[in-house]
Amino acid sequence: MALLQISEPGQSPSPHERRVAVGIDLGTTHSLVAAVRHGVAECLPDDQGRVLLPSVVRYLGDGGRQIGWDARAVVAQDPENTIVSVKRFMGRGLNDVKDREKLPYRFADAGNGSGMLGLQTIAGEKSPVEVSAEILATLRYRAEDTFNDDLFGAVITVPAYFDDAQRQATKDAAKLAGINVLRLINEPTAAAIAYGLDNASEGVYAIYDLGGGTFDISILRLTQGVFEVIATGGDSALGGDDYDQALADWVLAQTGVTAVSAGDKASVKVAARTCKESLSASEMIAFSSMVAGAEVVFNVTNTQFEALTSALTLRTVQATRKALRDAQLTVDEVQGVVMVGGSTRMPQVREAVAQLFGREPLTNLNPDEVVALGAAIQANQLAGNNAAGDLLLLDVIPLSLGIETMGGLVERIVPRNQTIPTAMAQDFTTYKDGQTALALHVVQGERDLVADCRSLARFELRGIPPMAAGAARIRVTFTVDADGLLSVTAKEQVSGVEARIDVKPSYGLGDEQIARMLQESFATAQDDMRARALVEARVDADRMVLATRSALDADGDLLSPPERKGIEALILALTDARASDDAAVVEAATKALAQGTEGFAAMRMNRGIQQALAGKNIATV
Amino acid sequence: MNLQSSDFELFAVPEQFAQDRAVLDARWKELQREAHPDKFMAQGTAAQRLAMQWSVRINEAHQRLKDPLKRATYLCERHGAPVNAENNTAMPSAFLMQQMVWREELDDAKSIDDLNEISTQASFAKHEALQQCEHLLDVQHDYAQAVAQVRAMMFIDKFVRDVQDRIDEMELAGKGQ
Repeated sequence: MALLQISEPGQSPSPHERRVAVGIDLGTTHSLVAAVRHGVAECLPDDQGRVLLPSVVRYLGDGGRQIGWDARAVVAQDPENTIVSVKRFMGRGLNDVKDREKLPYRFADAGNGSGMLGLQTIAGEKSPVEVSAEILATLRYRAEDTFNDDLFGAVITVPAYFDDAQRQATKDAAKLAGINVLRLINEPTAAAIAYGLDNASEGVYAIYDLGGGTFDISILRLTQGVFEVIATGGDSALGGDDYDQALADWVLAQTGVTAVSAGDKASVKVAARTCKESLSASEMIAFSSMVAGAEVVFNVTNTQFEALTSALTLRTVQATRKALRDAQLTVDEVQGVVMVGGSTRMPQVREAVAQLFGREPLTNLNPDEVVALGAAIQANQLAGNNAAGDLLLLDVIPLSLGIETMGGLVERIVPRNQTIPTAMAQDFTTYKDGQTALALHVVQGERDLVADCRSLARFELRGIPPMAAGAARIRVTFTVDADGLLSVTAKEQVSGVEARIDVKPSYGLGDEQIARMLQESFATAQDDMRARALVEARVDADRMVLATRSALDADGDLLSPPERKGIEALILALTDARASDDAAVVEAATKALAQGTEGFAAMRMNRGIQQALAGKNIATV
Repeated sequence: MNLQSSDFELFAVPEQFAQDRAVLDARWKELQREAHPDKFMAQGTAAQRLAMQWSVRINEAHQRLKDPLKRATYLCERHGAPVNAENNTAMPSAFLMQQMVWREELDDAKSIDDLNEISTQASFAKHEALQQCEHLLDVQHDYAQAVAQVRAMMFIDKFVRDVQDRIDEMELAGKGQ
């Protein structure tokens, strides 16, 4: 029988205590944080009761910054240092940003040594990852203040159509913000969780998610707590921002005015946004903005707005049709269409979706909040707070992964809509006698030409034993984990040599860049870092002890008495080590327990699989 | 049961071509419920790694079993008749003629309706090939003959994908509606 642990007064973490786990929707226009409290997922408000945090960061000359509502209020006054919609720049190069001249920023072309663009501000050059980290850190503090406790971890949502570089950039931003990422999940999938669990739905659902800067369509099958994504599609550069821009361009063209200064460009966009939002509720609204010191006023009707944005709406309808084809389903087989994202408030969008599916879309959930709520439910389960939970997400990779072959063609290795996690291997050989290295270019996309796909990374495999041309068999394995992130390994099959892989991400930050940013950020000064490392090591240790104890309770019969004794000794050693002030000591003892239970873990996994096959689950054994 | 078990053993279904898709999907979910990395978030890196390996293996088996073409290829390979699609492209001339006719129709297609019609035809041909394949694999156990059917289905599949790509292109060009 295990000894019960009693913690000293004021020293919090007893392993049985609830862990603070949140869901974060890092949106183009707004971001939110939600958590499950008293069994119900809810969005956490700031100290003024507002749940939305505008995704706006303003850098000040004195090293300070404003984030959220304060920053949004001054967009037009200080446009160059006030970054809005930074999500559009995540994992993107300068050439990816269309209409650059319409934006008020001073872009830097990959000056930070990565292919990702930079933004020149009064506080120096900022990577989109750093800007996003400011937003994430603000939400982290909000959660920690709400619960008066450290954050255990977060599920962060990304557009389903985000490619590998965009996902990695999001994860890097969380790291900078000091957040332990439990999972990256797709926004429409998160919405489906919130919707499906609320309504006890079963069957096939389409989630139409039009946000500020991204569009996703996901087709899911819901069965007994399993959320299976069948197909996904979208456009990671299409959203409400584009509707604003189309409206602004049109009004300026009608009035013959040009916005030249950064301030004018910003105020025109703000005016377009306000006008668009009011048009959702009325027939005609006056667009009003200051340009070059003079007021521009122009009446816009709903019909006009619809006409000048119909091409944008059509693109979402086309992507939806394509996803249905990929899913090999017809509209009649879809039980319901759930609308997500603030941009689905536009009447023309609702009408287009209703027409496509031949039914009214479901709009009973708050389209701004539903993604964060779903992420919170998943976070609560991943943190182990909901032992009875049987929620299972089976998501897919949105875009095919391949490598460049002769003549600039793409050899597809992992096809889109494959359920993750997944691993696919492909064999390559050498081209010259005695060749010891091989260069690989990894791309993502559906087109046949490398030039039309997204470059993800370049790899160099070194250390291939010299052989005659064509004799080597180099097996390159692409592994996509449950976060949808790619890793690559390579092995020469004849000699068994593992090739070393040097990764050069095309639009991402290298490990050393992340480390430098971590050093630079205020939140992680030396002492702070040491303290945090110790807290994290103790959390890991508690987690490991708790997991091992519950494993022993459930499946201890798999072990021989000496094996069990060995594991219990390791648990005791770890509970002793936990009292140490040195993170390394705690980590070493945790590692020893992890290694000492590997065999046990394998036996338990086998038992689980056998039981699944026998049609039983652990609860009934 | 281990990571090296066959797809059929892993899913506890008979080793044959005929399979019930509903059973495969249900098994897949039952297995993932046990093995998915999400279930092991709180149990340290070793358990995570193991879960990842199993989850990948279960997905691999599901992908292969649910797709008739992959399933047939797998069965042929397990019975010593590898398909070798990349090295062996010899096909009967009648089949190649049919392919050429389809390719011409695809080139001449002017609307999404035309393309859907071609797609239906090709799907029907695939269905017939599948039925022959099932007979060869499950009744006659003639794996060498089945390989020829598998190759034919690969051609048809590639053609169906090309038709789909054309439909996508036409939609994007706005000719669809």
